[in-house]
Amino acid sequence: MHTGHRRDPRVSAGTIAVAAVALLVGGAFAGLIVEGARDPSGAASAFDSYLFRVARFTLWQALLSTLLSVVPALFVARALSRHPRFFGRGLILQLFAVPLALPAIVAALGILALYGRAGYFAGVLSAIGGQGWPGIYGLSGILVAHVFFNLPLATRLFLEALGTVPADQWRLASQLGMGARPAFRLIEWPTLRAALPGVAGLVFMLCITSFTIVLTLGGGPRATTLEVAIYQALRFDFDPARAVTLTVLQIALTFVVVLALMRLGANTVGDANLPVASRRYLSAGAAETVLNAALIMLALLFVAGPMAATVTSGLGADLGRLAGESAVRQATLTSAVLALLAALLSVALSLSLVMARRALALRRVGARTLLEYATDTGAGFVLVVPPVVIGAGWFLLLRSVSDVFAIAPVMVVAVNAVMAMPFAIRAIRPGYDAASERHERLCLLLGISGWNRFRLVDWPSLRRPLATGFAFAMALSLGDLGVIALFGSDSLQTLPYLLLARMGSYRTMDAAGLALLLGLVCLALVLAADWLGRGERS
Amino acid sequence: MTLNSETGTAVRLEKVSFSYGEAPFLIDVEFAASKITAIMGPSGSGKSTLLNLVAGFETPQSGRVLIGGADVGAEPPSARPVSMVFQENNLFAHLSVERNVGLGRSPSLRLTEADHTAIAAALKRVGLAGKQQRLPRELSGGERQRVALARVLVRDRPVLLLDEPFASLGPALRDDMLDLVADVQAERHMTVLFVTHQPEDAHHIGQDMVFLDNGTVTATGTVADFFTKAGPEAFRRYIGAGPFGAGSRDVARKRT
Repeated sequence: MHTGHRRDPRVSAGTIAVAAVALLVGGAFAGLIVEGARDPSGAASAFDSYLFRVARFTLWQALLSTLLSVVPALFVARALSRHPRFFGRGLILQLFAVPLALPAIVAALGILALYGRAGYFAGVLSAIGGQGWPGIYGLSGILVAHVFFNLPLATRLFLEALGTVPADQWRLASQLGMGARPAFRLIEWPTLRAALPGVAGLVFMLCITSFTIVLTLGGGPRATTLEVAIYQALRFDFDPARAVTLTVLQIALTFVVVLALMRLGANTVGDANLPVASRRYLSAGAAETVLNAALIMLALLFVAGPMAATVTSGLGADLGRLAGESAVRQATLTSAVLALLAALLSVALSLSLVMARRALALRRVGARTLLEYATDTGAGFVLVVPPVVIGAGWFLLLRSVSDVFAIAPVMVVAVNAVMAMPFAIRAIRPGYDAASERHERLCLLLGISGWNRFRLVDWPSLRRPLATGFAFAMALSLGDLGVIALFGSDSLQTLPYLLLARMGSYRTMDAAGLALLLGLVCLALVLAADWLGRGERS
Repeated sequence: MTLNSETGTAVRLEKVSFSYGEAPFLIDVEFAASKITAIMGPSGSGKSTLLNLVAGFETPQSGRVLIGGADVGAEPPSARPVSMVFQENNLFAHLSVERNVGLGRSPSLRLTEADHTAIAAALKRVGLAGKQQRLPRELSGGERQRVALARVLVRDRPVLLLDEPFASLGPALRDDMLDLVADVQAERHMTVLFVTHQPEDAHHIGQDMVFLDNGTVTATGTVADFFTKAGPEAFRRYIGAGPFGAGSRDVARKRT
């Protein structure tokens, strides 16, 4: 469809958004290049055995995490799909959505409270092992945390895939008298297999760029990933040459992984929406029901455990004193303001990109232009460039020009906004595209455009998706530790930063209390996002 | 026929070529002023494309679109002297009936007292008096199309494009709507281009007929001529052996 003759303001907005994101990512790369050019021999000499050990561990932990998350998720999703109606099913799915927005540092604390050296399970585990439980630091801790995050995510994605099996196929299967085994082989497995590369790819990607988990649960040089090594090179060793090498390696690694994923047709953005249970016509037998119930129960315990531990250990903290502390109050305020700004910016960027993409797609005659590509697939690619990498690039670029800690708030807001963008786009795009599908020609015909169009047509149909995107972006920004870990200082502390500091100084009870606070706020935001998103669909 | 047919607005597509993906489209046709012309043809023959070119949703690769003798090629859809009613999505779901109609007067919904009077009159004319404050979801399918027609009335443009607007309505309701269109056309002397799949519809209100096949006009004439045994071969093949397919003259064309 041709929109005609005047410049569409939606395209201009999208162009500005693309330019802003390009500036953020490009600036980081510029920082790396400048630093590398300043000290090329230093950067080259950083290619030592330590670097290769870190790179190997990065890949190894990601591979193991993916296997341990995705394989069980296949069976849990199948079990959930076989029983579309039972008491608490909706609640389980809701619970499985929580890790998606639970700050990694909160989950890490919950896992430590459960399986740590002084955790709730330490006594039992010591008795089993016959000696003192050493705690869960290192590879085991990283794996448990990654599975905690990604098992529910993969389960939900697989369940969604199973939900796409047409009801007619189930009706047919039931009429033909298909049992559980042939139904799995002929109906469920082909669907799951089709979804498998995408889901596994997404999980692998998330694990290879994971920062907070490795920082808090990884133990020492033996269990360090590239991202954490970048952070240590900048904040502790102050070895910019090494940071450059590490960052380039990290970018190269993610680039290779993403290329591989694109070949597999992976979707690099997780989904915050709950799959809808469709009606099923096959009923599971008694033995299968017991097996499925056990599977679901195990997964539920594994996911709910760290959350419950966060709550109980958080309640054990002196919450009254914490609330009175000026550092806590200051950090809460800082977090709230920064997350609010980041979410606003994120939603504005996302909406601009969504609108521009639609406008460009409508006026397209031949192949997609580079701009349309940038507003579409390009936006998802920001996830490939981890926040720590962007932060590191700007850190290096700005350290010679000005005080890096002075621009910390700008960095935190900008990077978090861009990182939340793919998720916000996910929330906004379907609503906008559907509304545009209905309204585009009508608006053209009646001459409703620009501000009038936004006020009368787009805003009423986008209010809810925008609120969903906003709440989700805010939850992500609130919990982020990647950027603030680099730029944080005594004068700029967010809640996750303060939490990390309290953990570092072994004030575990304080950390538990703060984790509870942070977790609850993020949970409230995600529930709000989900509720708003669902209201839109009904 | 209307008295004003000499002064009405003719629509002409002059050697208009267009291609959407693979299918080429080459049209040279004139629609008589102040008449209802039914546009028929198999799926994919280019009926909707033709309307979209007149409305300005598509731009020809070559050739001219003339409305009332003026080349409107450079005009955006809202500036052309046309209104259009689609099969669905004619209304904004979140706006009341009154506001949906009001958009035909002002795209910013800044309405004067005179506008409000015109809106009320238009709604009364289409039989929706008293339903100003309803939301589209509180109306039936037929009522929603009546709202769209009310907006056509307040917009008051000389050309009306109908893209199968009643295809999803039942037979009786469809006849009511067709009568309403015919009445409104007779009052306003509009030039109506009416895309339909139903021979009955064309027969019911159409005066002229344009038959498309494969992106080009293969036959034109009066509706009456089309529905005789002497009607174009392709048209008779298209409608098959229905009540109209036999080419019987006994089904007299009735216009109200």
